[in-house]
Amino acid sequence: MSTSLVTARGLTKKFGDFVAVDAIDFDVAKGESFGLLGPNGAGKSTTMRIVGATSQRTSGDLTILGMDPEKFGPQIRAHLGVVPQQDNLDMNLSVSENLYIYGRYFGLSRKYLKTKIEELLEFAQLEEKRDAKVESLSGGMKRRLTIARGLVSEPEILMLDEPTTGLDPQARHILWDRLFRLKEQGVTLIITTHFMDEAEQLCDRLIVMDKGKIMAEGSPALLIKEYSTKEVLEIRFGSERNSSMANQLREMCERIEELPDRILLYHEDGEVLLEQIYSAGLHPKTSLVRRSSLEDVFLRLTGRTLVD
Amino acid sequence: MSTDNLRRGSLEIIDSKKIISRGSLYVAQARLTAMFKWIWMILAIAVANPVLYLLSIGVGVGAFIDKNAGPAGIDGVKYLTFLAPALLATSAIQGAIDESAFPTLEGFNWWKNFFGMNATPISGNQIATGVFLASFVRVVGTVVIYWFVMLAFGALESSKAWLAIPTAVMAGVAFGSITQAIAAQIKDDNIFFVIFNRFIVMPLFLFSGTFYPLSSMPVYLHWIGWISPLWHATELGRYLTYGHAMTRDMAIMHFAILLSLLVVGVTLSRRLFTKRLAK
Repeated sequence: MSTSLVTARGLTKKFGDFVAVDAIDFDVAKGESFGLLGPNGAGKSTTMRIVGATSQRTSGDLTILGMDPEKFGPQIRAHLGVVPQQDNLDMNLSVSENLYIYGRYFGLSRKYLKTKIEELLEFAQLEEKRDAKVESLSGGMKRRLTIARGLVSEPEILMLDEPTTGLDPQARHILWDRLFRLKEQGVTLIITTHFMDEAEQLCDRLIVMDKGKIMAEGSPALLIKEYSTKEVLEIRFGSERNSSMANQLREMCERIEELPDRILLYHEDGEVLLEQIYSAGLHPKTSLVRRSSLEDVFLRLTGRTLVD
Repeated sequence: MSTDNLRRGSLEIIDSKKIISRGSLYVAQARLTAMFKWIWMILAIAVANPVLYLLSIGVGVGAFIDKNAGPAGIDGVKYLTFLAPALLATSAIQGAIDESAFPTLEGFNWWKNFFGMNATPISGNQIATGVFLASFVRVVGTVVIYWFVMLAFGALESSKAWLAIPTAVMAGVAFGSITQAIAAQIKDDNIFFVIFNRFIVMPLFLFSGTFYPLSSMPVYLHWIGWISPLWHATELGRYLTYGHAMTRDMAIMHFAILLSLLVVGVTLSRRLFTKRLAK
């Protein structure tokens, strides 16, 4: 057997006539940080629930840790740490009780859990909240507790569904830092996100999903190289004039995307392009040169932005 | 962090066979941990409920009824003795509803913590069984306390009276298991509670021969008693606590009906929990 922890071939999930996941193929290698990037409704969470061995696939082949989740659900789940999109902590219990009881679900002993809980409280920066009721925690704290809970069993694979959605920038950065540490320890991560910066920060390799299908696959750098230019020039002429100006600009760059509020011009050197635009006697209201991101890759692949 | 180096990994530390055999106990442990946060409240209710009911209706209303009923009494005994077994079964049912409906609605609708449990090796069957077991513990506690209060009130006249404990527990958990199965299907819980309490629990409490024999109600209302676990438990309770007249066949039938409700309730809730979690 190879070092592949997850192997999916033609993985499909239908809800009635609706095809949520449409015959996708992917592999996740041991120690890798693997991302599923796509807008809401792309089929990411459904894929996560199937890989999490709670939801059954409609067709296709799937092997997780060498086992078929249809036959060995509990045996597979014993080695997964799952952080769902929506926190589902036990609100009856305190912070440390949540960790303890969750550990019990994995059959872990009181002795093991006693030391593990201390370690996890430190990891989640919740030492002072150990006896607090979960209800009283902030959104960021709940999220960190949910992640800590997912780690109680030292899982082979940690699965995070939209880990930072709804968090403020500071809380996001704390979380990213925690996830980096796990990655350094060799924990295999599977992450879904609709934030391109998150995917770029955390994922070694990712698949871009839309409408249940895989649009592209590769490392963030490779995807950007393959599907976009090095730089992007964003300019605004005001919503009235954007579309008429776009026609004039089309000749000057490799590719152009018109968004409702701005025009994106793809070019190897954004500053040079901006010079040319001024030389041509055009005067955009605002301009910004930036490096290409996964957002541009997604736009190229689907004609839509990630966050509508 | 120094502890980072100690990571051994789940493949080494987890024994999935152990979880597969004991999972429901872990779920029950979680439920009981939650329940213990309210232990004083639960105990206060368990004691105050029988004391207040037996005093106000059993003794209070009873004095008035016993005076009018004459020496024959109600069903041959004091009104207090007649009423107490029905209230015993009622408290078992009420406790079971609390511990079946609320955790199930929390787990699926409010906090969704069942989905969190199910992301571990714990299965839907085990969650359903664990919730049931914790409810069972609460019902046993409630019934035993109630029984001793009945004893203190002098409402137990037969040597078989202790058998009223398992009978009332059985009625409670049978009703609870059915409640659990229904709650597993509920998406809009506000309406569920209004309907369930007002149109199912309340009429069953009032028309199950609780306050007067079912036979003194009009015949067209007797069916309520027959479909009610409370009536079957009350009849058995009266037979066991003071020797209410009952044929052996009837006793077996009452028992069989409670047992089948229990089997149906547990089987159904296990199935429905699994189904809802797999979506």
